[in-house]
Amino acid sequence: MKHLLAIDELGLDGLNALLNLTDHMVEINQRPVPKVPALRGRTVASLFFEDSTRTRLSFETAAKRLSADTMTFNVSTSSVNKGESLRDTVATITDMGVDAFVVRHKSVGIPWQISEWTKASIINAGDGAHQHPTQALVDCYTIREATHAKSFSGMHMVIVGDIKHSRVARSNIQAFSMLGAAVTLVAPPTLLPPDVSHWPVSVSHNLDDVLPQTDVLYMLRLQSERMAQGHVPTLREYSEQYGLTQKRVMNLQAQAIVMHPGPMNRGVEMQIDPSDVKNSLIHRQVANGVAVRMAVLFDLLGSGSNLAGQA
Amino acid sequence: MAKSVVGASSHEAMTRADVKRAIVRIAHEIIERNHGVEGLAIVGLQRGGTWIAKEIAAQINDIEKSVTVPVGALDVSLHRDDIGIRPVSLGAISDIPFDLSGATVVLVDDVLFTGRTVRAAMEGLNNYGRPRAVQLAVLVDRGHRELPIRPDFVGKNLPTHIGDEVAATSDGVTVTPGSQASR
Repeated sequence: MKHLLAIDELGLDGLNALLNLTDHMVEINQRPVPKVPALRGRTVASLFFEDSTRTRLSFETAAKRLSADTMTFNVSTSSVNKGESLRDTVATITDMGVDAFVVRHKSVGIPWQISEWTKASIINAGDGAHQHPTQALVDCYTIREATHAKSFSGMHMVIVGDIKHSRVARSNIQAFSMLGAAVTLVAPPTLLPPDVSHWPVSVSHNLDDVLPQTDVLYMLRLQSERMAQGHVPTLREYSEQYGLTQKRVMNLQAQAIVMHPGPMNRGVEMQIDPSDVKNSLIHRQVANGVAVRMAVLFDLLGSGSNLAGQA
Repeated sequence: MAKSVVGASSHEAMTRADVKRAIVRIAHEIIERNHGVEGLAIVGLQRGGTWIAKEIAAQINDIEKSVTVPVGALDVSLHRDDIGIRPVSLGAISDIPFDLSGATVVLVDDVLFTGRTVRAAMEGLNNYGRPRAVQLAVLVDRGHRELPIRPDFVGKNLPTHIGDEVAATSDGVTVTPGSQASR
């Protein structure tokens, strides 16, 4: 595997190979000294044109635990402000000797575009409303860890919220389907893409109807600017209909799992403290983020055998 | 790593009984060298060394009665010096559920060859603490070292050509001649 741009490019074997490799990385992270020399001499640059806490920090931590060197590109203090183009910026960093770029950008396809300009490996850390493949890997790994199920066949995943603007939803729909799960999207019509008929999903507008048949309840963040854009009448109305409340948690099956990719909007989609939800995996999602990204970096830069490509 | 290819031209270097006797002898030697089993821990290298580590530990427990020697398993793939040069094949996951600080660690592998796996293992051990001492036990030493590494306990010294395949299991050790050039 040269790049990780979208989750479906991995194929089922590639997806499973990365999840299996993550088991090794989890063990490394549990060691008293959680560091291996596997990527000594490699350099990973993070190129974030959009804000991020957990994705950027977990990639940088992952690179360091594999002994790679890291470079952080900060748009707000870079020569982009002097008018340097994206292409020139990438060329400049490439010339310093970079083996991988971790890219986040508000526009769809920028990671792919950069992959055409540089010899380095590109990891998509989120492009517009398109893809966020490492988040999907984190979520699949977290579900696998909690359920001990290597296939999600027979499981029902319910993704709730702003599907229309969510790259997390798009990557997760693909990943959950590849692993055999049934996926239902729950959202108001204004927060669904115009046509999802070619997606492997069912659609509902009523959260309470689907809760009793849910195995994994995946809550998406509602960005407050969606109200100004007219997608939802008021945040209060949205959270009444689609937010996770104590009452809704009671209507879940006993073993149902609750997830959220973060950052959360408390009081909007999360009307309840996640620590009050018995089967919340939100903290595991963050904890597994480092190990999953170690697996991705090692597969791209170190395996020499294209581990995920062959499985 | 040793592959279990037994062709017409391969020959048996150790029988099942030879392997068993060697393991019993190594267990005794470990106790003798360390004047007992105080602070001793056995770590097998994934995957070929883990069954031998368990066997040695079982023997030691049997001989010393009152103790249970901790046994771990270490996968050295991510500590190797040939990452990016050769394809990586990951073994089973490491499992060392005890602190190695101050312990006398006996590393166990099936076949000692270039010594590169052992070098990687010595580095990997330090992630789990600083052992007081590290010793090396192998079922077979087939020679051709590329690093200054020497085993402390050896089941059998087995002169080989560099291209030979050596396979070690509890059923015995076989050598399959290979081309001189292949490695």
